[in-house]
Amino acid sequence: MKEIVVISGKGGTGKTSMVGAFAALAADAVLADCDVDAADLHLIVNPEVKETHDFVGGKRARIIADKCAGCGKCREVCNFDAVSLDGPANGVVEKTYTIDPIACEGCGVCVRFCPVDAIEFKDTVNGQWFISDTRFGPMVHAKLGIAEENSGKLVSLIRKEAKRIANERNSNFLIVDGSPGIGCPVIASISGADLVLAVTEPTMSAHHDLDRVVELTAHFAVPTAICINKFDINPEMAAEIEKTAGQKGLRVLGKIPYDVAVTKAQILAKSIIEYSSNGLKRQIESLWQSTMDMLNTKEST
Amino acid sequence: MSKGFTVAVASGKGGTGKTTIAVNLAHIAAGLGRKVQYLDCDVEEPNGHIFLKPQITGRRAVTVDVPQVDTDKCTGCGECGRICQYSAIVHITGNNVLTFEHLCHSCGGCIRICPVDAIKPRLLAIGEIELGTAGNVGFVHGRLRIGNVRTPSLIKKVKSHIRKGCLAIVDVPPGTSCPVVEAVKGADFVLLVTEPTPFGLNDLKLAVALVRQMGLPFAVAINRYGLGNDEVEKYCKSENIEIILKLPDDRRIAEAYSTGQMVVDALCEYKEQFLGLAHAMAGR
Repeated sequence: MKEIVVISGKGGTGKTSMVGAFAALAADAVLADCDVDAADLHLIVNPEVKETHDFVGGKRARIIADKCAGCGKCREVCNFDAVSLDGPANGVVEKTYTIDPIACEGCGVCVRFCPVDAIEFKDTVNGQWFISDTRFGPMVHAKLGIAEENSGKLVSLIRKEAKRIANERNSNFLIVDGSPGIGCPVIASISGADLVLAVTEPTMSAHHDLDRVVELTAHFAVPTAICINKFDINPEMAAEIEKTAGQKGLRVLGKIPYDVAVTKAQILAKSIIEYSSNGLKRQIESLWQSTMDMLNTKEST
Repeated sequence: MSKGFTVAVASGKGGTGKTTIAVNLAHIAAGLGRKVQYLDCDVEEPNGHIFLKPQITGRRAVTVDVPQVDTDKCTGCGECGRICQYSAIVHITGNNVLTFEHLCHSCGGCIRICPVDAIKPRLLAIGEIELGTAGNVGFVHGRLRIGNVRTPSLIKKVKSHIRKGCLAIVDVPPGTSCPVVEAVKGADFVLLVTEPTPFGLNDLKLAVALVRQMGLPFAVAINRYGLGNDEVEKYCKSENIEIILKLPDDRRIAEAYSTGQMVVDALCEYKEQFLGLAHAMAGR
């Protein structure tokens, strides 16, 4: 089984549309949507949820107003400015302390230092994750709660589950839809992957962001290749991206033209492969072929 | 108007045009004689400088505290490992204590709990901040170090440069998790940028849930208006959300963007729209 992770640095370059197309082309892939805080792949592959699980990412502190002595130790030890004196009176003090659940990072330091044991510290459900069936094969995906933390942990969990399923089914491919950026969820989605495909577009912003993404994959020693999407919006810039990539020893596996069919397919909840019968489809087929070739060459070396 | 006002330009989905709207708004508002700052909080992938082309006048390293254990003082009690919720400090045996700085949240728990003062904070560089000016716009951006995960800490530092009395325009990273929360926190108004596609709508709904949960006033800007369908507009209508700007799906905007040009400079017919937006912000 080979794991391909599609990321981009910059958002909106076409990661998810590409993953949807790959899903349609790979006969027996397992899919994983690791863009857990703005997941979109489900809009293309229409998953039928088979299993739902809570994601417990960490703990959160909560002050029990009745027990609070109003000493303020919790506020003193909190490094996240999460504690304020705006809770109700409790017969001992006029005002009690409260913890802002959004600001709390679940470090538990206040819990440990509270002299009257007034702070409870319970597991918190940060989201849910699912195992689903799609017309292209099984999919593992998630929904991180709004304003939640631990997206990296959730990404690791989804990849682990998706790998387990792919191995059980003896699938050839695990295709992972990553998130934009270079931070914690991205690092969690690329570590140990067989190939990262970085989807970029010929704009100065995307070029800049691609440079940072390939620096990240180099830092973690993950094999990386590039796809230039919408290359015809600015062919000179596309050529420049190709040149920089070459200097870094990175292969450009495909150049995909701008096509409104991508949006039209999205509106119909179809992959580009199912929607388009023209050149666009052929370009993406050839990109997928190059991606598989690259994975297979790596195996033989 | 001398009172400060902070506008956060956000979106669930990446690539919808946050930076385009933020930099053009900053540029136009400054032209109206306001004190304007642009703060790029998309510290993983900052792009605002590509368009504003600021003159950088200052550069600061940003650090966080991570634990450093003095093994001579350590008695091997293991309290540090027990208080740490992130497995960033692990007591093995005796005075053998391992630290994993990339897992550390800088809560300071281990430092406080150590009964023999064997743990001291050590500075870990997570990125840098650059300060400068772009015409009349004050410019600040953060740049996360490759391989680092402390995005929210760096965002917080970028925002600490917001000056009193300014119209501060904060360019927010995509998504709906902790970096976004840090970037929009304290804003007087949030502009949610989306595009009229199913992905745009799905992620807009998440972003709306976020700003509602944080109790922040907001409106929607639709970029690439005319592309896709009208579901975003229908949604905004049904939810009673104001659509404050519609930027059309114009290939010339995409081309100007691709070469790092400001829309309002390259295509002056769009100046009016950004003037309208700047006035709308001034009136809030």
